[in-house]
Order: sequence, then structure tokens, then C-alpha cells
Amino acid sequence: MAVADPLIELRGVNKHYGALHVLRSIDLTVGRGEVVVVIGPSGSGKSTLCRAMNRLESVESGEIVIDGKPLPEEGKALARLRAEVGMVFQSFNLFAHKTVLANVSLAQIKVRKRKKEEADRRSRELLDRVGLAAHADKYPAQLSGGQQQRVAIARALAMDPKALLFDEPTSALDPEMINEVLEVMRQLARDGMTMVVVTHEMGFARSAANRVVFMADGKIVEDRAPEEFFTAPRSERAREFLSKILKH
Amino acid sequence: MDVLTDNFSLYGEGFLGTVELTVYASALALVLGFVMASFRVAPVGSFRVFGTVWVTALRNTPLTLLFFAVMLGLPRFGLVLPFEVFAVLALGCYTSAFICEALRSGINTVPRGQGEAARGLGMSFSQTLSTVVLPQAFRTVIPPIGSNLIALAKNSAIAGAFSVTELLGTYKTLSELGYSIVWTFVWIAVGYLIITLGISALFHVMEKHWGVAR
Repeated sequence: MAVADPLIELRGVNKHYGALHVLRSIDLTVGRGEVVVVIGPSGSGKSTLCRAMNRLESVESGEIVIDGKPLPEEGKALARLRAEVGMVFQSFNLFAHKTVLANVSLAQIKVRKRKKEEADRRSRELLDRVGLAAHADKYPAQLSGGQQQRVAIARALAMDPKALLFDEPTSALDPEMINEVLEVMRQLARDGMTMVVVTHEMGFARSAANRVVFMADGKIVEDRAPEEFFTAPRSERAREFLSKILKH
Repeated sequence: MDVLTDNFSLYGEGFLGTVELTVYASALALVLGFVMASFRVAPVGSFRVFGTVWVTALRNTPLTLLFFAVMLGLPRFGLVLPFEVFAVLALGCYTSAFICEALRSGINTVPRGQGEAARGLGMSFSQTLSTVVLPQAFRTVIPPIGSNLIALAKNSAIAGAFSVTELLGTYKTLSELGYSIVWTFVWIAVGYLIITLGISALFHVMEKHWGVAR
């Protein structure tokens, strides 16, 4: 799909896990302010794709460009670019030995070099935005899964990232907590945040996404507007996938 | 009892010698163990190799052999230091291999995702290690590090064979003076117990204070 103002560009990206070809010459462009939902069967490479965008997974060939700059291999330059692209994980990955407030403030102090008071003020604002201001002094283990994931989103936002990557953010949650996380994500989408979301939440894909990318066997099979994709998938692979998940 | 009261200053000197060896060698072992553990999990391959070689070489060498190597070997390369310093070097390096492995096992108990999250936020390897991984790893490795330092205190007895003043070495003088060998050793053992129980108590307090709170 042609994109007017590209923020994340992948060109010919390949990756193997041993003999398994998990990413097969992936080309994908995400525009500024766009919400792209990546769906597909497990093992299709969608999480790997998401993690490759800030090089938590290295790739073997191809180019990944963030806001006009190619993603560096390692070192300080990579760290700088990672700070621009926030990541939210399936398993939250909050720092277990730090309070909620400290979780959100830590990287602001260490990476953005903000003063502690300034970082804490910003953290409280963001915690308020995700509805958790009252929990600032608790430890992650004292929160529910949904609350932990909202803290993780606040932590990612605290870096003022240009884009946010979500790697199955609701897959580890109890059903009644999924919505509180999706609601925060919908609000972010409305506020114009650029987002790449790997998810099984088709409702979210329909309501919040600009585009749906369907992956299977390491390839992008379809890349279209959500309504078109869900009502009239072009590929057999996508039809099969949708028939399996939409039945119940 | 006479053995102790008659020779209190001799015992005292030996006791202090062992305490000194233990304190300095422990400090060296902790610092080196920390550095080697960082090397072993570093993203740079040559650091990992160096850490692995360090641990493999030192952990698999008998300590007595290591003492010989340091005391007799280093002077051949023109490095002549007091025997006490050599003893601290040998003990500290030897124990650092065990400290390194204890720390590394602690690092492995910290969920991988937390390190990824930290790096994903733009934190460097050393920031991630020092603010996220090691503080949590440290809590789980307080008990095994305590054991390693107790072993170090007892291993310091080998230094006595290399003319370093320490507790076990006092038996030579005392047996020459004709004291009962049994009581001589009983009081030496008491000396070691004071040191090792002291370390145990210290680590017990540390565990209470910082132990895993998840």
C-alpha cells in the first residue's frame, strides 16, 4: 500500500531460526499516525516482525528505516533509536523490584536524562492517563494483569516515542481485563499515535486500525483496510484463518 | 585453656591474619566476580570468551596449585610482592570464579523480558545490567555468595604454608612449645568458627533486608 508520510519502512527483510524461514522478504511501510494491525496464525512470524522493528530480533538481510534513519546494528545509536520506538510486550515485563512510578520514571532518568522530580511528574500524568494514578507506589506484583499492561503502556509513552509497537498486548490477560487495555490503546489511536499492533483482537482491528496486515508462513499475504479484509479476504489462507477465529 | 591464655597474642595475630586475608580476598573476589559475570552475559563475544576462560581455568585448578603458581611463578616474571599480597591475589581470583557463577545463576533467574523491556526503552547494556538485572539477581544470590566467602575464609589456611601469618599456621609454633595438639586445634577451630559464623550472620541480615520480595 502506498503511504504518504512513512515512519517505519521495512524492505526485503529476511530472518531464519535455524532451518525455519520466519521472515520472507518482508516489505512493509507504516505511515505517521497510522495504526497497523498484524494478524495471522501462530508461527506466522508476526511477533518476530514486530520485535525486528526495534531490533530485539536481529535480521539477516534487508533494511529497516525509522523516520528516515536506518536502524543501527548495535551500540549507542541503536539505543537512541529504540527510545523513539516504544514496545509493549505480551508478558508486560515490568521491573519487579521497582514501584509502578519508578518503572515509568527509570528510563526517562537514564535515557532522556530528566531530573527525578520532572520524570516523576511526567510519570504521574501518564499513570493518570491510563487510570492508575492511585497505584503509583505499589509494586507490579500487587496489580492485576490489565493494570500491569497499562503501566507498561505508560512506561513506553514516557519516552515520548514516535511510534509504539504492541506484541500481543492482551494475549496474557483474563477476558475481563482485555477491554481496559484495548480502551487505552483506542484512545492512543484517536490521539494520533503511530502504532503497530500484533493481536488476535479482531474487534480492535476493525474499530481502531487503518490497515490490517495478514501474515502466514513468514510472508505478508494481505495488506488492506480492515473492513475490506474482514468482509472479503482475497487469499485462501486468510479466508481459512478468519473462518477459524470468527466462528466463535 | 592454658594454650589460649598463655599464647593469646600468637592466636590473636593468627586470627587477625586470617581476618585480613578473608576481608581483602573477599573484596577482590566480589569485584572480579562481578566484572566476570558482566563479561559472561555481555553482548560482545570476546568478553564472553574471556569470562568463560577465566572461570574455567580458576574453578578447575586446585587452590594449592594456584598458590604455587602465584608465589613461585609471578616472581619469575619480575613481579615480586609480599606473600600476603600474593595470597590475597590467589584466594581472590580463585573465589571470583565461584562468585561469578553464583551471580550468573542469579542473572538467569531474572525474567529475560525485563532486560528486553529495558533495552526496548533505549537503555544501554550496562544500564540494563546495573539498574534492572543485577539488583534482582543480587537478592537471589546472597545465600550462595555467603557460602563462597565462608569457603574462602577456610581456604585461607593454605596461605600458612607459604609463610603468611594466619590462624592455622599458629599450630606449628604451639606444638613446638609442647602444648597439647588437641587443644591447640580446638582453639584454632574456635577462631575459624568466629569468622565463619560472623560471615553467616552478616549474610543472614543481608538476606532479611534485601531478600527476594516478589
